[in-house]
Amino acid sequence: MYAFDLARPADLASAVTSLQTEGAQALSGGQTLIPVLKQRLSQPSVLVDLSGIDSMKGIRRAGEFLIIGGGTTHGTVAGSAEVASAIPAIASLASKIGDPQVRNRGTIGGSVANNDPAACYPSAVIALGATVETNKREIAAEDFFQGLYTTSLEEGEIVTAVKFPIPVAATYQKFEQPASRFSLTSVFLAKMGDGSVRVGVTGAGADGVFRHAGLEAALSADFSAAAVDGVAVDAGMMSNDLHATPEYRAHLVKVMTKRAIAALS
Amino acid sequence: MAKVTMTVNGKEHSGEAEGRTLLVDFIRGELGLTGTHVGCDTSQCGACVVHVNGESVKSCSVFAQACDGATVATIEGMQNDDGTLGVLQAAFQEHHGLQCGFCTPGMVMSASELLKVNASPTEEEIREGLKGNICRCTGYHNIVKAVQSAAATMAGAAQAAE
Repeated sequence: MYAFDLARPADLASAVTSLQTEGAQALSGGQTLIPVLKQRLSQPSVLVDLSGIDSMKGIRRAGEFLIIGGGTTHGTVAGSAEVASAIPAIASLASKIGDPQVRNRGTIGGSVANNDPAACYPSAVIALGATVETNKREIAAEDFFQGLYTTSLEEGEIVTAVKFPIPVAATYQKFEQPASRFSLTSVFLAKMGDGSVRVGVTGAGADGVFRHAGLEAALSADFSAAAVDGVAVDAGMMSNDLHATPEYRAHLVKVMTKRAIAALS
Repeated sequence: MAKVTMTVNGKEHSGEAEGRTLLVDFIRGELGLTGTHVGCDTSQCGACVVHVNGESVKSCSVFAQACDGATVATIEGMQNDDGTLGVLQAAFQEHHGLQCGFCTPGMVMSASELLKVNASPTEEEIREGLKGNICRCTGYHNIVKAVQSAAATMAGAAQAAE
């Protein structure tokens, strides 16, 4: 790692001030950023550790929404009774991230801000139409994710919470790459209060997380595995690497969607 | 550099750490507690697992300064007060849950957290709980047996105490 100073602000205002320093970068759980720093792929002058900001931690239900603080760890979400009762699919998703030690450090804010194309959380954020709350504004999921490792966050902007609308039912079906434990192709499927079905896919898209309009239309009309068979999933929009071809990922999108339907039936 | 103070295995320790100093390097280099190992240094293998404020973490992916004021437990704190092997360590020895032993400190620390949360885990839960720890020798079977045995011993001790 290159040398840097570590700032440990105790509140959001101090963190925002620290992040105005030239070359400053925010650090949440560090389970992605610290390995990146070790590879010298990033050279911050100041690393602003957000983990001491208590106002960014915690989970609460507000009417038809579940609000998870940006600094809340995956382990906390996975074990939360509040999450289990409001949106159990989110607790299940969090319990499948990485391993127990990664879940004890990694946070939802860090995950969505990093927008790794194979991360778990973005699929839930986009499928449920969640709102990403920052120190400056509220950003709709569709506007937040902008492609691989890219979001609409501005310099120094901090994800303070993610606000999820509570669906009628939802499930997260993960097909993991066994060595990295990231998603090879995973589907977050939600039945919303207005009768619509929403499908978020992570791990597969060449441009990162996406919703699949064809699957959503077919399943909103007919919530069955047979409806999935009639939908074309374009391999041309899938990523290609040594772990899986675009065709395989496109196939997995349908398989994982069918598993999601089975889980909710 | 900054002064970092933490309570490690019940004793307060202080030392100097740069912003980039990892917790594992502080524990090994500054405090001389070399039982915690560095395996992959990429938060995959789990040889460096310690507990920070009661939760298991990969100490190669946590900064020392971020642990200022924290309570840390390492493998050196797992033995009994009289210096004999703790229940988990003894179970690893008894069931041959190690060969080269490099991964063992991390395995014991992860298993220790698992048993704190879930006193009688199923085999599947043990394998899930040790997902972040890689062993290239044993094939894991004897590690799972060791954890099962330690869980049974601890349950027996708890029952006897009642």
